[in-house]
Amino acid sequence: MGAKYFGAAVKRREDPRYLRGEGRFVDDIKLAGMLHAAFVRSPHAHARITAIRTQAAGALPGVAHVYTFADLERWMKPLPLFGAIPPGLSARVAVTMKQLGQLALCRDEARYVGEIVAMVLGASRAVAEDGAELVEVDYEPLPVLADVVAAAQPDAPVLYPEWGDNIALSFKTGFGDAEAGLREAAVRVRERFTIPRYVGMPIETRGVVAQWDPRDGALTTWNGTQVVHFVQQGLVAALGLPPHKIRVIAPDVGGGFGTKANGYAEDLLIPAAAIASRRPVKWTEDRREHMMAAAHARAQVHDIEIGARRDGTMLAVRDRIWVDLGAYNSWGIVLPYNTVAHLLGPHRVPSLDVECRGVITTKTPNAPYRGAGRPETVFAMDRIVDCLARELGMDPADLRRRNYLTEADMPYELNIPYRDGNPLVYDSGDFRAGLEAALTAVDYPALRAEQARLREQGIHRGIGISGYVEGTAIGPYEGATVRLDPSGHAVVATGACCQGQGHETSFAQIAADALGIPLEWITVVGGDTAAIPFGVGTFASRSAVNAGSSIHEASGRVKDKIVAAAAALLEASPGDIEVSEGTVSVRGAPGSATPLATVIRAAVPTFAKPGVSDLDFEATVYHHQPTVTYTSAVHVAVVDVDTGTGSVALRRYLVAHDCGKVINPVIVEGQIHGGVAQGVGGGLLEEMVYDEQAQLLTGTFMDYLVPTAMELPDIETVHLEYPSPRNPLGVKGVGEGGAISPPAAIANAVEDALAPFGARVTRTPLGPSVVLGLLGKS
Amino acid sequence: MKPAPFEYAAPRTLDEAVGALASGGDAKVLAGGQSLVPMLALRLARPTLLVDINRLPGLDGIREASGMLEIGALVRQRALERWAASRSPLFADVLQHVAHPPIRNRGTVVGNVVHADPASELPALLLCLEGVVVARGPRGERMIPADRFYRAPLTTALGPDELATAVRFTLPPAGAGWGFAEVSRRHGDFALVGAVAVVTRGGDGTLDRVRLAFFGAAGTPVRGTAGEQALAGQAPTAARIGEAARAAAAALSPDGDIHATATYRRHVAATLAERTLTAALGRCGAAR
Amino acid sequence: MTHPIRVTVNGQEYARAVEPRQTLADFLRDDLDLTGTHVGCEHGVCGACTILLGGEPVRSCLMLAVQADAQSITTIEGVSPADGGLHPIQEAFWAKHGLQCGYCTPGIVMSVCAFLRERPQPTREEIREMLAGHLCRCTGYHFIVEAIEAAAQALAPPPPRTP
Repeated sequence: MGAKYFGAAVKRREDPRYLRGEGRFVDDIKLAGMLHAAFVRSPHAHARITAIRTQAAGALPGVAHVYTFADLERWMKPLPLFGAIPPGLSARVAVTMKQLGQLALCRDEARYVGEIVAMVLGASRAVAEDGAELVEVDYEPLPVLADVVAAAQPDAPVLYPEWGDNIALSFKTGFGDAEAGLREAAVRVRERFTIPRYVGMPIETRGVVAQWDPRDGALTTWNGTQVVHFVQQGLVAALGLPPHKIRVIAPDVGGGFGTKANGYAEDLLIPAAAIASRRPVKWTEDRREHMMAAAHARAQVHDIEIGARRDGTMLAVRDRIWVDLGAYNSWGIVLPYNTVAHLLGPHRVPSLDVECRGVITTKTPNAPYRGAGRPETVFAMDRIVDCLARELGMDPADLRRRNYLTEADMPYELNIPYRDGNPLVYDSGDFRAGLEAALTAVDYPALRAEQARLREQGIHRGIGISGYVEGTAIGPYEGATVRLDPSGHAVVATGACCQGQGHETSFAQIAADALGIPLEWITVVGGDTAAIPFGVGTFASRSAVNAGSSIHEASGRVKDKIVAAAAALLEASPGDIEVSEGTVSVRGAPGSATPLATVIRAAVPTFAKPGVSDLDFEATVYHHQPTVTYTSAVHVAVVDVDTGTGSVALRRYLVAHDCGKVINPVIVEGQIHGGVAQGVGGGLLEEMVYDEQAQLLTGTFMDYLVPTAMELPDIETVHLEYPSPRNPLGVKGVGEGGAISPPAAIANAVEDALAPFGARVTRTPLGPSVVLGLLGKS
Repeated sequence: MKPAPFEYAAPRTLDEAVGALASGGDAKVLAGGQSLVPMLALRLARPTLLVDINRLPGLDGIREASGMLEIGALVRQRALERWAASRSPLFADVLQHVAHPPIRNRGTVVGNVVHADPASELPALLLCLEGVVVARGPRGERMIPADRFYRAPLTTALGPDELATAVRFTLPPAGAGWGFAEVSRRHGDFALVGAVAVVTRGGDGTLDRVRLAFFGAAGTPVRGTAGEQALAGQAPTAARIGEAARAAAAALSPDGDIHATATYRRHVAATLAERTLTAALGRCGAAR
Repeated sequence: MTHPIRVTVNGQEYARAVEPRQTLADFLRDDLDLTGTHVGCEHGVCGACTILLGGEPVRSCLMLAVQADAQSITTIEGVSPADGGLHPIQEAFWAKHGLQCGYCTPGIVMSVCAFLRERPQPTREEIREMLAGHLCRCTGYHFIVEAIEAAAQALAPPPPRTP
């Protein structure tokens, strides 16, 4: 196989339409006779709903329908749940778990501000909102759960009485004897760290359009989702239709980040409304809705302790973790176990003891967002490591040098399973080399020297390091169908969905190499359940590995079919057939060059004879990916802290990372930049704030502060390459990694800058008021 | 987030505009719309009538005369920014902190002054420069001095049937120095807290006039009069400036919110007062 | 009650009747089918809806359609050449991977059109300051800054020939 395209910085094929404003996002879709939906959402964090009166709303000119639970009851099955515990995991870790599926419309109880109580359909969104204001709801406020640690206490009010408590999930795991390790340690440091609620916040909000065709008995729904097949499965369960009668299409999607990879109420309500009203229905989420109704994320507390020898050799880590799940445990084992599995990261630690609780609160449900538990766990670990360094009087870089695993340690088994139930074995990488690469690229000794000089001038510069190991590309599969059209052009259909990652280009690069046809001949179709019947979706940095492997293998099989047909047509041995840039030839026979279209045409039967081969230039492969493959990175942040105002300026940010073999290096860098930016937001600016009544105070972009180009420096990247042994392409996932380390690196940098004041950073975001608080002035 | 329904009028004379405001019902003036339209979208503002003044003639002038700068109601923030580029580094610095260019292309100076967001820069500048709002109502025109203009957050002395047709700033005299500083979490955001200072020195080097105003530190912009009085007539040492800054800030009663505590705002107000007074001193021309 | 407006968009005049509360952004998208202008927040912060009004960038979500009467507006569709090609600014973004999901992109391109006219040789700092009025969640801005630098070079007049 010629690798002409794999590894090349090919310009993205999807870009011209985006640049010309000719993308098709959900809100761009217009259907004749379309009605627009607006929702009545609970203003209470917890309340019994005793009555809903819709007459006034229904009578408003322009309002077509008002629906409550009773009106749509036949479709109100519980929404999909994720995160069931795989057998391999439950065999080794005793997990207590309770999950209750959310109903798309509240029946008689609302459990978070923003939960949907009623739906209004109108001639326009504006009229539908007018109607929504006229719906009268009688609420009886009930006790709220605003704080995750308090909600876990035995005396807390219980949200689900049948559960007996608010602990939706709990488990303990570990290896070695952490108690003994801590006792033996010459130095022990313990601290409680809080990672706040912060979220994906794509610039395109959510949206759903649905159309029911009574003639075909079929539903088509356009949805800005990352998981078209999950959405389809949810609709199959609720609507009672077979899958092929429900088509879910994700058109162009303006950013996902995990926020759009859920089983949302609106995914069901808009199709149900289309069926009930016999009209196409559109819902475009507005930003205020998005803040309260799109999934939240992060929100963990870690009480973590580490013990080490006097020379810095780590002996044991113990961590007590609370994960704030919000009002529904929709994601099961995923976030809590991701958190645990990634805690030790690149460090060699002989014993571990973790206890994790997923706790229900009366807030917007928590779901995976870029990193999905890893940013939180890395924050706890890298912070306690820096605290340990300070206690030992060691430079944090040296402490990490002493404890990071190297290539010689690979494959390295942690004695706990991974979330998929398989053994947790780091398959490749050299984390110590990554650390050295980062420190060299940033010229760490020069940074320290400059810091000392600046300190004498009263300028408080800080340097922070954070490193992670990330299990990427969780399976179990993402299939692909590759088929040629009569001209020899190819369609690659996959269950992967794109929200800006460049699938139309990178997947075409893989296929072009394996097929031997030009890149421009390939159309990638993702995010459409009609294009491929089985799929999982794009999240967890999984598509390059899972879909990429299937595309590679399926393309190879189609190439074999081309070769067989060509061999028959050109009367040569298959081993002598070459396919390159859409031309077929016999090796060593100049003049044998034949266009691929000619080969295909020769396979078409005529009245006179059958074709030279089967008229089949199609292959479907569902590559099985049993477990993850490991990337790693080290981030270094350099900050200046103004101790007069508490402002933190991020001066430099550097990433040294391994993501295995790279399909398109520019796309990879873009993913790292974007992840870093979101991580920096988490470190300095972003938080979803609730008050003691579990009222969401963060309502607009004035409150939720997404970083701009002024808050970010140029992002420096150093690439290392340790190919994955776990898939035919040697690739690893890279979508999330950039977001994992920034809060830790920045927190470490700020604490480093304020070392002369003895400040201890225990939470983010590090806004000016928080920073001055560290100095006792806020 | 679509606004609640409202009627719309685009009068062509000032009398028509005032008449529309006074016509009964809840009418609001629409000029740049950069503050009003978001409130309409969030349904925090629900006027029955929007009076669009963009067609009124004669309100787009920037006039400088006799030490006064008069800015008409339709002067966009960006237009004043362009004027200031060669005429007033103080105005240029302040305006560059107001949101971002697309907002400034449409938002008006007078609109921002009259919107009275406590964390806005221009109201504090108006107060510091002892400016005046020119208001036109059914009973004619009146001048409202800045120190009587701001009542509470988003609330001014303008009556519901009055239209602000211009604002007038008293320009700092020749040789005056200025300082401006704010802390915001991102570039272009509303300030957590900010300060603006203008000082002049007398022939003997002592401080002749000191004007200091804070924003983001209370429900309205406030003068730091304790600090002004501590410095007037004094020789400006670093220690005196620091004390004056702290005295000015000590008189503040800021609120806390999700972005900053009250203690933070008071503490940083003092820091910024010190920095702006020091900068103003540094920019003072040679003593007369 | 609707109000009649005559507005020129991308050189073409349209006569329509609009409800006062309809924003210019919604008018462009829904009434004129110009869906290249995107809506991200409806309160003027994200910048996705930015268009040129009389050549100056403004937030179309903060203007009412009724205020566009007698005005001249340029949207992303007006920047893109009619033959399906790309303007040099668009080319530069393509070359430098200055976009990922494409949702914030039209608004940024509109701002850049005006910015480079006023500042043909911007520094990176000036670019970042202009960009601060546009939120992007995908790119981290790094390649957007490089795209704008490349666009500035592409638009710069050629250096004079030395004799």
